Amino acid sequence: MSINKDTIKKISKLARISVTNEETDRLEKDLNSILKFVEQLKKLNTDKITPIASVSDQLLTMSEDEVKKINEKKEILQNAPDKNTNYYIVPKVIE
Amino acid sequence: MSDKEFNYYISGETGKWEVVIGLEVHAQVSSNAKLFSSSSTKFGSEPNSQVSLIDAAMPGMLPVINKFCVEQAVRTGLGLKAKINLLSVFDRKNYFYADLPQGYQISQFKHPIVGEGEVILDMPYGTKKIGIERLHLEQDAGKSLHDQDPTKTFIDLNRSGVALMEIVSKPDLRSPEEVAEYIKKLRSIMRYLGTCDGNMEEGSLRADVNVSVRKIGSKEFGTRCEIKNVNSIKFMQQAIQYEAKRQVELLEDGKKIDQETRLFDTKNNETRQMRSKEDAHDYRYFPDPDLPPLKFEQTFVDQIKKKLPELPDDKKERLIKDYKLSNYEAGVLISDKDTSDYFEDVAKNSDVKLAINWVIGDLFAALNKIGKSIKESPISSKNLSKLIQLIKNNTISGRIAKEVFELMINDNRDPKVIVEEKGLVQESNVDELEKIIEKVLKDNSEKVAEYKSGKDKLFGFFVGSVIKESKGKANPALVNDILKKKLS
Repeated sequence: MSINKDTIKKISKLARISVTNEETDRLEKDLNSILKFVEQLKKLNTDKITPIASVSDQLLTMSEDEVKKINEKKEILQNAPDKNTNYYIVPKVIE
Repeated sequence: MSDKEFNYYISGETGKWEVVIGLEVHAQVSSNAKLFSSSSTKFGSEPNSQVSLIDAAMPGMLPVINKFCVEQAVRTGLGLKAKINLLSVFDRKNYFYADLPQGYQISQFKHPIVGEGEVILDMPYGTKKIGIERLHLEQDAGKSLHDQDPTKTFIDLNRSGVALMEIVSKPDLRSPEEVAEYIKKLRSIMRYLGTCDGNMEEGSLRADVNVSVRKIGSKEFGTRCEIKNVNSIKFMQQAIQYEAKRQVELLEDGKKIDQETRLFDTKNNETRQMRSKEDAHDYRYFPDPDLPPLKFEQTFVDQIKKKLPELPDDKKERLIKDYKLSNYEAGVLISDKDTSDYFEDVAKNSDVKLAINWVIGDLFAALNKIGKSIKESPISSKNLSKLIQLIKNNTISGRIAKEVFELMINDNRDPKVIVEEKGLVQESNVDELEKIIEKVLKDNSEKVAEYKSGKDKLFGFFVGSVIKESKGKANPALVNDILKKKLS
């Protein structure tokens, strides 16, 4: 598997990150060398190994169903670039 | 047209088409706090007043899962007779939208908490089993308000992070009616379990509807379209009808169906393209590094299993067996737990046959008229059973009972008190009844002669006149007996 410039353009678009042509060249090289390493790992025989989603042995800890946070609206909205007393405000979203 | 046979097909120019439907139901877990934060889930609160730093996706925050939500997913899974997965994994579903502050939704992709199960539908043409593909836990997004400003969108994150159970059916549904029954059954199961309140007006239950069509007899599925986020049973049915017809017309014109996401426009009653395949989301799922796998022991599941209430299907079987109800009657009662509880309260203390008729007849009609649910019924189950006892022990006639019932609707008073106060006790004294009957026969001597010369139909007229003369109080059975003797 290898990655080309079109794939990089697609990924950057999906991630909303703009990438210049110069950067694309460099990324193509870097990402392909990472993929090459992954190809190498794929040669290992993992037939008898259960796939894992996380490398740590930790399992999910759970919390009780209690409401603790009471109205932090002011603090929350403080970080918004645009807001009114109640809402975050963003440019019109059209679907 | 027989309603005992399945007959939902779209008739086109080239023949009949079958509609294939699968649903992705989003059911809000009835928890106090959100799936990964301790903010409240209360509906209708001031905008952005129930948003924690986690829900607003501030950097450096770590999600911690709500145990109650996990339990409700397992409970629901058990209610769907589904396989519970002791190990499941949370993934990030990546997309950009203004009401999704994280830039991804935490969901479960490859390893859902619940696997395959089933829902049994009771259709006029028999029972039908609908397969459940999976149930997984995920976060809800915030709410966008597009109509507050011509150039801006307002965002309320109160709903952001609320726990949803996504319940995915297999493509086993074949008509809008089956979809309606499926949603009702699913909602009833979750209400019995208490895992989701099923309130569609508040958005606690909504569905993405997948529709495709194929020629009758064809084994292959057609290309499907997904209608997003439909929030009422009626809209689901309308959307399916429109979409199936649209697809049949395209196919008969020799065109192809594009797999796409559509929305249902409730004003114009049509589905419209939302996103084409080219713009289709590429979600790039991957395991959420903030969340280690969710693992629990079989004993955790067994504990929940022990506490399961009686579920609709079991309750129906029991009602049919214990009360000798018909399949239809039991079906009506179990659709809502409050209804069957009410019925059982009434039946236990009075008479089964009368109880079923009064509950699904008079009481339903009355509640419908005043727009109240059985839980808010102005007549308590205790007082309805008292009313039935009064009929049963011949204190009042069925006719008088209806009058008393009308009065009870207003103030839930004890029917015994009403009957005594208004002097409505049934007249069962034979001497008194004979007096009334003599009078009626005397007043209608011509009709008596007609009856005796063979006009049998007049018997009903005499019964009616006697009851009327007694101001409704005469015991109809006794009136019948005495009249028969007098007129022979």
